[in-house]
Amino acid sequence: MNVEEEQKQLQDCIDRALTEASLLGATQAEVAASSGEGLSVSVRSAEVETVEFTKNRGFAITVYTGHSKGSSSTSDLSLEAIRRAVAAAIDIAHYTADDECSGLAAPELLASDALDLDLYHPWDLDSTDAVRLALDCEQAGLSNHPNIKKSDGASVSSSGGVRVYGNSHGFFGAATGTSHSIGCSMIAENDSGMERSHWFSGGRVASALDEAAFIGDKAASRAVKRLGARKIVTCDVPVLYSAEVAGSLVGHLIGAISGGNLFRKSSFMLDSLGTAVMPPIVSIYELPQLLQGNASASFDGDGLATYEKKIVNQGTLESYIMGVYSARRLGMQSTANAGGVRNLRAASTGQSLEQLFSEMGTGLYVTSLMGQGVNMVTGDYSRGAEGFWIENGELQYPVKEVTIAGNLADMFLDISAIGTDTDTRGNVQVGSMLISKMKVAGA
Amino acid sequence: MTSFETATSHLLTPSGLSIGDLDGLLSGAMVKGVDFADLYFQRIFSEGWVLEDGKVKDGSHSIGGGVGVRSICGDKTGFSYSDAINAEAIRKASAAAGSIAKYLSAGRSVGAIPVIGKANVELYSSINPLDSLSRKEKIDLLSRVDAEARQADSRIIEVTVSLVGNWQAILVAASDGTLATDIRPMVRLNVSVILEQAGRRERGSSGGGGRYGYEYFDDELAKGFAREAVRMAQVNMDAVDAPAGTMPVVLGPGWPGVLLHEAVGHGLEGDFNRKGSSTFSGRVGEQVASPLCTVVDDGTMLNRRGSLSVDDEGVVSQKTVLIENGILNGYMQDKLNAKLMGEASTGNGRRESYAHLPMPRMTNTYMLAGKDDPQDIISSVKNGLYAVNFGGGQVDITSGKFVFSASEAYLIEDGKVTRPVKGATLIGNGPEAMNRISAVGHDLGLDNGVGVCGKNGQSVPVGVGQPTLKIDELTVGGTA
Repeated sequence: MNVEEEQKQLQDCIDRALTEASLLGATQAEVAASSGEGLSVSVRSAEVETVEFTKNRGFAITVYTGHSKGSSSTSDLSLEAIRRAVAAAIDIAHYTADDECSGLAAPELLASDALDLDLYHPWDLDSTDAVRLALDCEQAGLSNHPNIKKSDGASVSSSGGVRVYGNSHGFFGAATGTSHSIGCSMIAENDSGMERSHWFSGGRVASALDEAAFIGDKAASRAVKRLGARKIVTCDVPVLYSAEVAGSLVGHLIGAISGGNLFRKSSFMLDSLGTAVMPPIVSIYELPQLLQGNASASFDGDGLATYEKKIVNQGTLESYIMGVYSARRLGMQSTANAGGVRNLRAASTGQSLEQLFSEMGTGLYVTSLMGQGVNMVTGDYSRGAEGFWIENGELQYPVKEVTIAGNLADMFLDISAIGTDTDTRGNVQVGSMLISKMKVAGA
Repeated sequence: MTSFETATSHLLTPSGLSIGDLDGLLSGAMVKGVDFADLYFQRIFSEGWVLEDGKVKDGSHSIGGGVGVRSICGDKTGFSYSDAINAEAIRKASAAAGSIAKYLSAGRSVGAIPVIGKANVELYSSINPLDSLSRKEKIDLLSRVDAEARQADSRIIEVTVSLVGNWQAILVAASDGTLATDIRPMVRLNVSVILEQAGRRERGSSGGGGRYGYEYFDDELAKGFAREAVRMAQVNMDAVDAPAGTMPVVLGPGWPGVLLHEAVGHGLEGDFNRKGSSTFSGRVGEQVASPLCTVVDDGTMLNRRGSLSVDDEGVVSQKTVLIENGILNGYMQDKLNAKLMGEASTGNGRRESYAHLPMPRMTNTYMLAGKDDPQDIISSVKNGLYAVNFGGGQVDITSGKFVFSASEAYLIEDGKVTRPVKGATLIGNGPEAMNRISAVGHDLGLDNGVGVCGKNGQSVPVGVGQPTLKIDELTVGGTA
């Protein structure tokens, strides 16, 4: 795909839509549009299973007539479709109630220009190359262990595109980006039954991905280790969230301090700004302009320049997560987080995984979570879990079919260590997190 | 206009295409070595209105659609799509999809996939819900629900009401001779309230919908959702910590049927069983649940959220018995997996959109009524949990482990329902939990029409249902 050409076309769409909106009586308008394409292949049992070519375009406009608002979107970027979308948004704005908090960001708050964050690295990969990589990945998994008798497939995908945002203050920003991944699910089997495990590597730059064989091997090893999992008795013990699931705790924090949940009073962390929400050993920060970062963006969904910030500084909550609208609802300033958080990190407290095992002594090391049992209003937390039983600092046996429960406000204060074993694959990158006490429900 | 004409007028006519062109377009995807190809045309109009803080401040409208092209050779699938519907775009997509033929291994072709069914009973109206009320009426509806909720309890500090509707036209043309269309309406109304008392805040929510126009939400039904959301928040306000550990669990009728969706439904989808990755693989004819259990998947129910006149492969939907008196009867199939397993499609081939590949998916999945009196079932439990409402669930079909999260539950103490408890996740193993069902009530209930099922990143609307039932042992993930 020629991204410069696509970007130009999207910019034309935006210009036309903004002009049209103004003609139809909008006092302000903003448009987000995107275009991308990709390739995704999957293999299973040493054979190709699917080859998919993806191509997505989208256009979404929000118009304001005074303080009332209407939104519309279309996947068809023809002139006619865009005209219809603008008219639909205007029509809706005729019916919605005035909302003093609605409207674009003040012009002086808008980013002065979009930065190149080095996010666009196309992978020169045709379907034959992709299939070969996926086969390598699966083969490494299948030959890992006699108890690996089948795979649930390996896949390779690569996509790239451009997203643009423009508004009637004259702001226009564009960002290009690519995303590539290799993943694999292996199934281990013995007398105790079947266990499946998935592993993947992903990022903006193909050459930085893990080797396909490493990924298949890792998925297989993880599945084999799960065989013979037992249920444990109900107990109160320390729980160590492995690095790949610990990010979910940070995700819950972000949910609770997000403007939308705060102004709807749907959070257990109302009025928590400036208070100690975690112990002093914990600092969590956002690095939105990281070069080649998985979630990097130089401007947010409102056109504001993103900036690096400490969200939790030595345990104290220093920032909510807001866009322009939710900030106005809360009587505050936007934190340039319209569209979410970008590249969160938690500082490690210095221990390796083994050191965390010894620190924990006896407890549950959780490597996978199931279900959505989190109540944002109360902080009550109860999720399905599996992992390993740790005794005297040593890994004992795999554990299955238990739940871990507590209240997030308490769990956050009970974080006693964050490991050095950071999982570098996602938007939230943290090491294993030790919570000093939770209720584990089992037999 | 017939529903067929309505579909073609939205999907083909605007680009100057006609039914007569479809064979020619399909041939681009039916290159040498390809056993089967299909085209899936879709146009969808949707809207949403949200009331928050007493006012409808937000409204949105969206138009989407395109055409997906799939080529199958043996067990291999090539897929491509276009968001523009025109001959040129379809030709390009077909060539891309057809490129799968180059991976054909010698002797693996399974030959043509046979045509299955064609009759088309319409299970819902083809009227566009978006036009079924004026904009002012939609806003009034939301305001009435808001007012009803606010007057139900003085402790209410927040009410959010949303109304969403969509209307879609689809057309499937396949190399096996399938030519089918469907016009699918869908509406949904949701209410969420927050109560505050002495610094404690609790949420309650309710809602419903189905394949109707908005007129479905008459005053009684809409206000009923508001009162139900408030009632649930009131119950939660009094809830104590849920118990932790393994105990007898009684599930109420209706929405708790999400149990079946997770514990057995996904594990009985054809793709997992063809690949042998499900805990139910190769077990047709075996006892996989207590003899009290008969579980069906039924896409043919009138106006229900999970219903389909035809599935997304153009196969007429049907009622499929999955488990009969505890014995595994069969799987849910789409064309590809049915063919590879030597079975027939059960009309469960579904896809989120033209930009996604079809897979075997559930429609409306429920357990048939038993003989027990619900009150007797509760009385038979010395100490346990009575759970009547749930949030979502999840399953690992390979190990069979599943979870679902109770959002309204009570302790059973000495055979009586006593205190409400906070939400907690319930976890079990599908076949084990199903075998521990020791009582099934005569009170089969279906959900209100809010279910969304996710699989491989694709969401589709579904329904669930069940009578009151008792599971002798299930792990409850509370804190007490």
